[in-house]
Amino acid sequence: MKLSRERLIQSDGAVSVLVVFLGFLVGTILIALVGKNPLNMYKAILQALSGYNIDNGKMNIRYIAETINYSVPFILCGLSMGFANRVGLFNIGGEGQYIMGMTIAQMVALLGPQVQGLHWVLAILCAIIIGSLWGGLVGVLKAKYEVSEVVSTIMLNYIALYLSRIITLQMPGATTYKTANFPETALITNDFFTKITNYSLLNNGIFMMIIAVIVFWFIMEKTSLGFGMRATGFNKEAARASGIPVVKSIALSMAIAGAFAGLAGGIVALGSFKYGRVLSGMDNYGFDGIAVALVGNSTALGTALAGLLFGMLKNAQALMQSKQIPKEITFIIQGMIVIFIALRSALILYQQYLDKKKLQKEVGVK
Amino acid sequence: MDSKRANYEELKVSEYAIEMKNITKTFPGVVANDKVTLQVRKQEIHALLGENGAGKSTLMSILFGSYIADSGEILLDGEPVEIKNPNVATSLGIGMVHQHFKLVQNFTVTENIVLGMEPVKGRVLDLKSASKRVAELSKQYGLQVDPDALIEDISVGQQQRVEILKTLYRNANIIIFDEPTAVLTPQEIDELMEILKALRAEGKTIVLITHKLREIKEVSDRCTVLRRGTYIGTVNVSDVSEQELAEMMVGRAVKFEIEKPEKLPGEVMLSLQHLEVKDENGAVKIKDLNLDIHDGEIVGVAGVDGNGQSELLGAITGLLPLSGGSIILDGEHIEQLSIRERIEKGLGYIPEDRRKYGVVGEFSIAENSAIKSYYKSPFRKKFGILDFEAMKKEAEHLIDQFDIRSAEGPVTKAGSLSGGNQQKVIVAREISLSPKVLVVAQPTRGLDVGAIEYIRKRIIDERMKGRAILLVSLELDEIMNLCDRIATISKGSIVAVNKQHEVTEREIGMMMAGSHKEAQA
Repeated sequence: MKLSRERLIQSDGAVSVLVVFLGFLVGTILIALVGKNPLNMYKAILQALSGYNIDNGKMNIRYIAETINYSVPFILCGLSMGFANRVGLFNIGGEGQYIMGMTIAQMVALLGPQVQGLHWVLAILCAIIIGSLWGGLVGVLKAKYEVSEVVSTIMLNYIALYLSRIITLQMPGATTYKTANFPETALITNDFFTKITNYSLLNNGIFMMIIAVIVFWFIMEKTSLGFGMRATGFNKEAARASGIPVVKSIALSMAIAGAFAGLAGGIVALGSFKYGRVLSGMDNYGFDGIAVALVGNSTALGTALAGLLFGMLKNAQALMQSKQIPKEITFIIQGMIVIFIALRSALILYQQYLDKKKLQKEVGVK
Repeated sequence: MDSKRANYEELKVSEYAIEMKNITKTFPGVVANDKVTLQVRKQEIHALLGENGAGKSTLMSILFGSYIADSGEILLDGEPVEIKNPNVATSLGIGMVHQHFKLVQNFTVTENIVLGMEPVKGRVLDLKSASKRVAELSKQYGLQVDPDALIEDISVGQQQRVEILKTLYRNANIIIFDEPTAVLTPQEIDELMEILKALRAEGKTIVLITHKLREIKEVSDRCTVLRRGTYIGTVNVSDVSEQELAEMMVGRAVKFEIEKPEKLPGEVMLSLQHLEVKDENGAVKIKDLNLDIHDGEIVGVAGVDGNGQSELLGAITGLLPLSGGSIILDGEHIEQLSIRERIEKGLGYIPEDRRKYGVVGEFSIAENSAIKSYYKSPFRKKFGILDFEAMKKEAEHLIDQFDIRSAEGPVTKAGSLSGGNQQKVIVAREISLSPKVLVVAQPTRGLDVGAIEYIRKRIIDERMKGRAILLVSLELDEIMNLCDRIATISKGSIVAVNKQHEVTEREIGMMMAGSHKEAQA
């Protein structure tokens, strides 16, 4: 029993599960405190997860599809943060990389060759490339000139936002908030999904997301490139002394991280909208990705699961509101989860305290 | 009433200045002190002997109030005291000279001594009278140091005297010295020994934490030995031999001499020519350094810490940029090559800070063993995919061959290993790569006697295999024991190279201090 508790605290995955549980616990208490029925939140969550509406007994698969669709950019931005994190970097620039990916995808969608099967591929590729350039720039600055990635990514987020506005306002049919509609060839909608999910927005982005999760896992855990990156992330000095090219690792990891976020931008642009958006503010997927990666311990599978959780919460918001639960409660739950993750070290301290007490008993301290 | 007073008087004339009884202190995962007892008589030099991790420093930190014991009691002059923090210790007349000095570099000696209890006249700092008091104290105890000199301008030995003066200025009667000789040259050590004797003569009680037997024999009256957190015994130093002390410390018979068969050196394998290294601020750290190392010999670099040793290591391995000169390995210039290219040319490196440069703590033994060769066959397969099973197999082999003790074999995280076993992982990795030149820095620092013997033997084995070995160490004993030739480094240059049997420790000490000519005369 004792052993299992120790294992539990030492296992990253178990801590994440515990933390999510605590987050929901706090959310539940809060709802009760404001005089609503917490059960309604769980009804909304059940509906977002399974499509089953417990109040009227109706089933609508569209809710499941929306949960998945929401989670795609969360997962990809989580991978962006997570990949850099594994190499010891803090990529706050997921938002900027996402915006650049979205912007370029919109541009290619509006101006690119309207060839079936090529048009959207080109737009997505351009989104990936611009994302990796946007991230890679930060990596090069960090690796070569020791510019803090935290500062440069924050700056680049704002540059991306306003650059996006400037570019998108030049697009055909641009008004203050949108461009002309995309041609059919640029969209990544999936007719089959649309049909079976009662016209949800679920699109081919899900496949790209799954490929991205596998690529993350493969590079990080299986390849020699990932080995060098992980060594750099754990102990940069030892990695350097062992001959690992840490400068290259750092620059490359930021480029790869940027590619994930750029892809997220492309998928949202071509899957969830039929026209280009002139951004008035940030979508925040990039920032939420930080939390997703934290909950997912920066691993491929963990990030995917954490992204699904965040997608589910986002989808549940509207459902909760219809049941008189303030949707802000989901933000509180997300925030509590991140806080509890940050308190992880407290768990370790608690474990050490227990170890110490046990030792003291063994050597007979009163 | 009267009987009470009599009782009190009796206690007051207690034989012991310090009594620590049944002290137990635990940290997460370690029992640092397990019912340890220490009894120090008045006006004696009492040595506290033990290997690294035996609990000496913990015990003294408890006496000085830096730690609170879990249980046990402390008596000063027979009276129970509760030492909650170092300020209480200071007010009780306990002073501590730390191994790493706690001095402000750009303050004067006097300013450092009065720091925290500055004398004032009205509202104005009165450094003049303080300076006078410092001068008096240094005269009384034979601690020569200029009260108005800046700390950054005086030698390490003098800085230590400032630390001692600090305790005297605070009226310490008990002074704890934590490994005081670790940073000193042999001459400075001799001077410190005289200072300790002078302090004793002036009525001070001294506790000397050390693992160096010779110093104990030279100055201490009695010695308490700790081993793995437990009390082993207290002896009169004059009654025991160094050998007996060593056995008490380690718990078994110890071999002092290392077997080192004769071996004729071969060709020059590593040649350092006119090396120059500057730090980030452009200050020259290594100047016109020349040294040749042959096949099958161990060349030691002896010197006081901070005379360019780390810069020399950095320049050879490629961790620091070279601003001039050349490094020739087996006939090839390597000074322009990357770290990895140097490794591939046959340069092995056992770094001094093993946790920072030697191993990745979160990586397993297998991953650490492969960290210099993972990108090549047999570990790297097609498309850059790594064969982790091959790594584990290779690590199992090394664990066997180098007697690495771990909880879970090849998948054990390196960070969870003891210092000795971490060092074995590094040594195993470097030797398994069959380097032409092995650069070794402080290979036995912080290790227990068993591990030290083992690592030294492995280094000698490499020499017998015909490798060229450069050993940089601050422990002169180690250099005298292991090396065939000894290069003395001072202020960034090699001032002399001598054959091991043609030079004494004393002569090297003189050269380390920079007085090369005196030594030759």
